[in-house]
Amino acid sequence: MDNIFPSGAITKISGKAVVLSGNDIDTDRIIPARFLKCVSFDGLGAQVFADDRKELNKGAAGFHPFDQPEKQGAKFLFTNQNFGCGSSREHAPQALMRWGIRAVLAESFAEIFFGNCLALGIPCVQVKQTLILELQALANEATNPNFVLDLASSSISSEGCSWAIELEKGIQQMFLSGRWDGTAQLVANNEALNKTAAALPYLNNLWA
Amino acid sequence: MSAGTLYDKVWQLHRVAELADGATQLFIGLHLIHEVTSPQAFAAIRELGLGVRHPERTVATVDHIVPTSSQARPFSDPLAEAMLATLERNCSENGITLHGLGSGRQGIVHVIAPELGLTQPGMTVACGDSHTSTHGAFGAIAFGIGTSQVRDVLACQSLAMAKLKVRRIWVDGALQPGVYAKDLVLHIIRQMGVQKGVGYAHEFAGPAIAALCMEERMTICNMAIEGGARCGYVNPDATTFSYLKNREYAPKGEAWGKAVAWWSALASSSDAVFDDEVLIDASSIAPTVTWGITPGQGIGVDEMIPQLDQIPTAERPLAEEAYRYMDLKPGSAIAGVAVDVCFIGSCTNGRISDLRAAAAVAKGGKVAAGIKAFVVPGSEQVAKEAEAEGLDQLFRAAGFEWREPGCSMCLAMNPDRLEGREISASSSNRNFKGRQGSATGRTLLMSPAMVAAAAITGCVSDVRKMLNNPN
Ligand code: SF4
Repeated sequence: MDNIFPSGAITKISGKAVVLSGNDIDTDRIIPARFLKCVSFDGLGAQVFADDRKELNKGAAGFHPFDQPEKQGAKFLFTNQNFGCGSSREHAPQALMRWGIRAVLAESFAEIFFGNCLALGIPCVQVKQTLILELQALANEATNPNFVLDLASSSISSEGCSWAIELEKGIQQMFLSGRWDGTAQLVANNEALNKTAAALPYLNNLWA
Repeated sequence: MSAGTLYDKVWQLHRVAELADGATQLFIGLHLIHEVTSPQAFAAIRELGLGVRHPERTVATVDHIVPTSSQARPFSDPLAEAMLATLERNCSENGITLHGLGSGRQGIVHVIAPELGLTQPGMTVACGDSHTSTHGAFGAIAFGIGTSQVRDVLACQSLAMAKLKVRRIWVDGALQPGVYAKDLVLHIIRQMGVQKGVGYAHEFAGPAIAALCMEERMTICNMAIEGGARCGYVNPDATTFSYLKNREYAPKGEAWGKAVAWWSALASSSDAVFDDEVLIDASSIAPTVTWGITPGQGIGVDEMIPQLDQIPTAERPLAEEAYRYMDLKPGSAIAGVAVDVCFIGSCTNGRISDLRAAAAVAKGGKVAAGIKAFVVPGSEQVAKEAEAEGLDQLFRAAGFEWREPGCSMCLAMNPDRLEGREISASSSNRNFKGRQGSATGRTLLMSPAMVAAAAITGCVSDVRKMLNNPN
């Protein structure tokens, strides 16, 4: 599995898709808290959904989606509403990224999770319920098809079919231009930062 | 588009620049850090060759990983010890104040910043922790961030943010005796669901909110995130100012009057425009308990666990998952459900007023046989205050353990955790699967007084009855 982390401009992502059905999947489930006892993110890939996987894999229902042999190396995660709610832990998208996920498509996302993914160069794409259900069904077919997310043309395609997706303009630009990792941009606004800080009463004891 | 709200005013004051891709660069007035979400951020700025831009606006404490039975160093868990040592090194290398163990100021980050007077109206407050929304109780715009954003705040005291919409949640009426701020916020989340807040800042207002003390307002704002809102706030008023007066980091002397004037002017104007409004009636709320695996799956203690056909279609798959996981029967009463562990503490309900409310119930009683019950003050200051009032003795006499401050069993990063299928009555904020440290452990969220009631009776019990008939 090539697991080179995102860098620079991101225009196209292509690969298999793993499906997690369900709403309100929280970051405690994505990465249980005991794995947060670390000072680097390095080892998190293997721990993603650790408890859910352990629980499911011992039952008769078959493997957890992240353990299905044919899904190893998948780049997409297709899931439902309010994905990534709860704790702000960036360990959650880090664990997904280190497992191999490069884009998440869902009906909706929790905000902090969405922002964390953006900072890592992992597009979170919000799509309509009908489309996510269709994509999930397709990804679960025995053929295990390949998907291509094209950020420039705002589409996702598979097996000759293509669906339009809506991307927020600014966010689309961030990925296409490689500006999704914005620290340099923020640091560059040194003067404006000083100006804002100088005008805040509580920073300058302007009320003394 | 909202206008004239506190959110708008604070946003305008902290705007640094509009960025190329439509986001706004927002100045952060107070950056709180702790041991879990900061080490990778410090590593990142080191790698970038950057320093901490405003070490004097960055404040650290240690809370998530600290053991609550003995805080002697080194911790018996080497991973926890390494995390604390890393935080200590990062703070001392960068000139950041760390309120460490034994300093008299250590505690859960969302407990100590308000009690030290660090959190003030009109500030922007960020912390690598989703419950940063707590600080909104002061009329600050406070929100949780991920570690990449912690890196950004360390590097340039600002963040790329998109502006939120503002929803006013107007709470009429008054809470009845035995019904607390925790019940109110659980009720709000039950009514609105766990997703409705996404994309919004929630302004909590109305007579029932105005009547709350600061600690109760913190409980409400703390759980704004459980309703999907990254940020919740209450407009500053006389209650806010009297809480802040004379706190360590609050303005003093002549500055105090000027600060109060500035703070007062930040409150949402009477003609403020909101993107949405919701009305809640406080007087009809009963003590509220969760029965499921999201904070939205709550009911009054006198109600039955809902049957599938009473649940909106879209929420049924989650309800079915909750029935399976919690092993509670739809249609049966929540009152009387036996519990194994009772936990009083956390950034939601680990403050002095929470401990007092629980103590009033525990007083003279005895923890039921076979139940593990423990009280974890939210900070060293809370512990000191409680001990001065004799609450530690009261709890101990009733059979509760009295612990040292920390996050404890709110999450499973320290030795306090559920075992196997144990079920807890918990004053914390999340009943997610596995949240309290066992992959199959179960959590019933409720107020601290309700947790105390459960500890004494051994099962979920209506605290109103115990307050009426003290033992
Ligand atoms: S008490 Fe719980 S919710 Fe609050 S900061 Fe600690 S772990 Fe997070």
